[in-house]
Amino acid sequence: MLLGPSLAVSAVLFTIGVAGVLVRRNAIVIFMCVELMLNAVNLTFVAFAQRLGVAGQIFVFFVMAVAAAEAAVGLAIVLAIYRHRETVDLGNINLLKG
Amino acid sequence: MAWVSAHLTVLAFWVFAGVAIVSATMCVTRRNPVASALWLVVTLFQLAALFVVLDAQFLAVLQVLVYAGAIMVLFLFVIMLLNLGQGGPHDFKSAIGLGVGAVLAVLLLLQLSVLRHLEPPAAIALPPGAMAAQQARDGLVGTVARPLFDAYLIPFEITSLLLLAAIVGAVVLAMRKL
Repeated sequence: MLLGPSLAVSAVLFTIGVAGVLVRRNAIVIFMCVELMLNAVNLTFVAFAQRLGVAGQIFVFFVMAVAAAEAAVGLAIVLAIYRHRETVDLGNINLLKG
Repeated sequence: MAWVSAHLTVLAFWVFAGVAIVSATMCVTRRNPVASALWLVVTLFQLAALFVVLDAQFLAVLQVLVYAGAIMVLFLFVIMLLNLGQGGPHDFKSAIGLGVGAVLAVLLLLQLSVLRHLEPPAAIALPPGAMAAQQARDGLVGTVARPLFDAYLIPFEITSLLLLAAIVGAVVLAMRKL
């Protein structure tokens, strides 16, 4: 029940997250969009868990742990960048640009 | 009675899904990072409600505690620390960047739209209501906890290693002289 609608909602949320990563320049907002994408995938896992067994829910548990670790390290990186360049605008962080 | 309850479930699903999509859009389009973060909190709460509709009550609680609680507080804390409360003039990319982003997003949505018709193979699919029956037998927490500490024990322990690495990494990155 509700598998198809859940996957559709998850696809829309994932696309919104991707669009956010593509159009924003604020590093912190881009991070939040990545979290949104992770959550869309979690919704897919939970929807499938209803039909294919509880393993999907356990995967969501692991995804949450990875997301917590990613947020901690990512925000520490943002802080370090801000200390160096006084900005979190990704348009100004172009050291690798050819 | 069962008919009414099934329809109420579907109605609740679409209400939560609609609010989630609207608030996710607001999160992406707000200039102010604090507003973005608060709209994202709304989205995460709606996802927790969707988890309840989809028979994942324990994960819904975790979602509120870990995501809407811990992770989003971390985000707001960094925004406060860096004093980014006002959106800058260059928060969005230029018109070309916006156009390319929109085109790519539409393409991705078209590709993902095939998911709507996906059905798990009948050979491995559980009968409808199997998850609810298992939860009635093992309890809401036991359904997740039993496999987690049994079949998935080693991945679970490795998760603690990952979190330790993240703590060490965050402390190293936050040190003054980097």
